[in-house]
Amino acid sequence: MIDKTVADAATAVADIPDGSTIMIGGFGRAGQPVELIDALIAHGASDLTIVNNNAGNGDTGLAALLAAGRVRKIICSFPRQHDSWVFDGLYRDGKIELELVPQGNLAERIRAAGAGIGAFFSPTGVGTQLAEGKEAREIDGRQYVLEYPIKADYALVSGLRADRWGNVVYRETARNFGPIMASAATTSIVQVDEIVPLGSLDPEAVVTPGIFVQRIVEVGERAWLRNGEFVGGVDLEGRPTGPSMGSGTDREVDQ
Amino acid sequence: MTTTITRDELAKRIAADIPEGSYVNLGIGAPTLVANYLPEDQEIILHTENGLLGMGPAPDAAHVDPDLINAGKQAVTALPGAAYFHHADSFAMMRGGHLDVCVLGAFQVSQTGDLANWSTGAPGAIPAVGGAMDLAIGAKSVYVMTDLLTKKGESKLVAECTYPLTGVGCVTRVYTDHAVFDVTDGGFVVREAFGDNTVESLSELTGLALKGA
Repeated sequence: MIDKTVADAATAVADIPDGSTIMIGGFGRAGQPVELIDALIAHGASDLTIVNNNAGNGDTGLAALLAAGRVRKIICSFPRQHDSWVFDGLYRDGKIELELVPQGNLAERIRAAGAGIGAFFSPTGVGTQLAEGKEAREIDGRQYVLEYPIKADYALVSGLRADRWGNVVYRETARNFGPIMASAATTSIVQVDEIVPLGSLDPEAVVTPGIFVQRIVEVGERAWLRNGEFVGGVDLEGRPTGPSMGSGTDREVDQ
Repeated sequence: MTTTITRDELAKRIAADIPEGSYVNLGIGAPTLVANYLPEDQEIILHTENGLLGMGPAPDAAHVDPDLINAGKQAVTALPGAAYFHHADSFAMMRGGHLDVCVLGAFQVSQTGDLANWSTGAPGAIPAVGGAMDLAIGAKSVYVMTDLLTKKGESKLVAECTYPLTGVGCVTRVYTDHAVFDVTDGGFVVREAFGDNTVESLSELTGLALKGA
């Protein structure tokens, strides 16, 4: 029997060694695997290279991992945000290395790694600082630059539901980098709100087939959902907004 | 003193040039205003790079959904007929030439259509590019929405960009508070001048030899 279920987030990340390259899903806060990141912080792995679209928001999740001093280098497209003060401080102090990649090249480099592509020519960035030093080629009259895949030792991804074979479905724009990161890492760890019985995910609607996933861990339902249905009552950071909310089900706020 | 139009008037002007059936990406910042003026009786599909086609307006506070955001990381809604997809697919839509129109902000646009909008190159600034470079070279029509002049009164239309480039020869048209300019093989052409602006007055403001349409 195949069962990729892991007991908890701590167990899921327990073997991640120092010096690993880790892809972390999410676009801003949407789809950020907060429980896995918290477990990684508690686990203590350091000297990490992180691949993410951004460089953390506020003081939780990826920002907390950065603040803990565990990250040597970050590969991302958009580190500068109104609430990215943790990264800003580390970068200005020279305490973190940044590889800035145009967002579509970042996505395609991750996809290429998962798809076994050796490198590809992209038109994005041609003639800009971010293509300097890269091999260029004209193809059918258009200029391209050579881009290499980005692989990772681990991927930490957040989905909505998974089954024990590792098939995953996502929710709305929280999908973002999840499917491609799951395919591009040696060990992909997916946290989901709910692990469902095998056969209960519609095969037509599976987004990440289980072959790309090594571990799944159930972390409980988001504060804005009840039984998978949107109920709202939270702000964009997932914090309860009304006096009737906040019954202790919101893990992110409890921290 | 020359006539200028407001940001909202400019957004309305841009919206009027977007035909029904278009797939459109509106950049972060002022370009998002264009969505407010798309005609309600027409189907124009908004793309957001983080993985949604068929993006709708912001929800009321009770319906803010942290899983449903736009590229600016603001709460949005999904209209009937919407589709979600992952990032590689989203940028395939952009890079692959499937979007009809994108509207972007700019620091500078050159007369050959080079765009500078991601970095001023200022020392100490934290660089961030996001999807700007993919959008600039990907959409069939790349519209820039900007004031013609900087706060210091310098023209954003230039002979050559001095800020770091986002894309080379990629801009189709520039909508400014003074006039609308097409980028042509022969440089900027004044497509439409607002109020008492003229080709001559605009040439003086920009220091460029502009042509009339």
